Amino acid sequence: MKKYHHFLIVNFTFAALLMLSLTPNAFGISDAYKNNIYNPGILKATDSKVRVKIGQKAPGFNLPAVSGEKVSLQDYFGKKNVVLSFVPAAWTPVCSDQWPGYNIVKDLFDEHNTILLGITVDNIPTLFSWTNQMGKLWFPVLSDFYPHGQVAKRYGILRSDGVSERALFVIDKKGIIRYMDVHDINQRPSLEILIKELEKLK
Amino acid sequence: MRSILSMEVIRMKKITVCLLVVFFSLMAMTVPLWAVSPPAVGGSLPDFKLPAPKDSADKNYLGVSGSFFSGPFKIPQIKANVVIIEIFSMYCPYCQAEAPTVNSLYSRIESSPALKGKIKLVGIGAGNSDYEVGVFKKKYHVAFPLFSDGDFNIHKLMGEVRTPYFIGVKINPDGSHQVFYSKLGAFESVDHFLNQIIRLSGFK
Repeated sequence: MKKYHHFLIVNFTFAALLMLSLTPNAFGISDAYKNNIYNPGILKATDSKVRVKIGQKAPGFNLPAVSGEKVSLQDYFGKKNVVLSFVPAAWTPVCSDQWPGYNIVKDLFDEHNTILLGITVDNIPTLFSWTNQMGKLWFPVLSDFYPHGQVAKRYGILRSDGVSERALFVIDKKGIIRYMDVHDINQRPSLEILIKELEKLK
Repeated sequence: MRSILSMEVIRMKKITVCLLVVFFSLMAMTVPLWAVSPPAVGGSLPDFKLPAPKDSADKNYLGVSGSFFSGPFKIPQIKANVVIIEIFSMYCPYCQAEAPTVNSLYSRIESSPALKGKIKLVGIGAGNSDYEVGVFKKKYHVAFPLFSDGDFNIHKLMGEVRTPYFIGVKINPDGSHQVFYSKLGAFESVDHFLNQIIRLSGFK
């Protein structure tokens, strides 16, 4: 009987707290997506163990892009700084906002001789449909779908449910990781902080 | 033995009922936070203030600060007959695409002696920081005042509308106000939208 009481109390308290805490901010509110954004609710902020460090050479990769070509990180070494923007999944609230924002600040990336590479673990057809809603993107969008999340895993940002973290890596021309932010998956990283990090690159 | 058992069952039932009451009253407290509707036509705006603009051109445009006053203000304090509020986001592709059209609307109003100073525009950037609103303003050369709503506070009061969302507010001489337009989505033609604003607000 006592066990039953405890069970009830714990359950109800949990449910009530959940009700109070679940007032997520409205990301992905653009009418461009109509009602096609799937809301996964509030997720655990981060759910992986990062495997790279600031000051270390960024692990290279070769991934297919939505445009049909293959993009290698190594190809930019010695030429351009690179920002890797991993987002968890297509058609979800925060992710659907983040890249359209970057899409209107190409000049800020250009100013600091930086290319942006957007990466998710979704497959190419999904990424094609999703990014089509964002207007024409100036940066490559890469698919880390198969072998599933291989690059995300190498960076240590593959979550236990198979999506990646919302993570930013700033890599300089020598291929060295200069900044990283494995962000709370539920929140959009500040554009201002990222641009300030680009300003630090010479 | 049986009566002890039945007493225990009654006790358990009481506890369950109590917990249910607590649970549903908590729900009742939280539901209104979720169930805020967008401003309704015929109604008034939710209660919120915007900070006095830093830019003196914006201050003059809105007419919200005299030599003694430059604190936060409410929309009905704007010196105008009609205020059009655009809820936008720097991160919203439709708002980006719509920006040049909204700019044309602003220019059309400003170049008309009959409308200039009487119909005014403000933008509120849902979930956007000052920096992000600044990026949008610079990118699209937005000439009317834009305000940040970094924590979505105003957006929540506005019923968490999708973007872009336009609200038309009529300001009466006695300082009272009324929402006469409240709609989601881009307007295709500046002329059509402006005519609608003029007709629905009863402004001549």
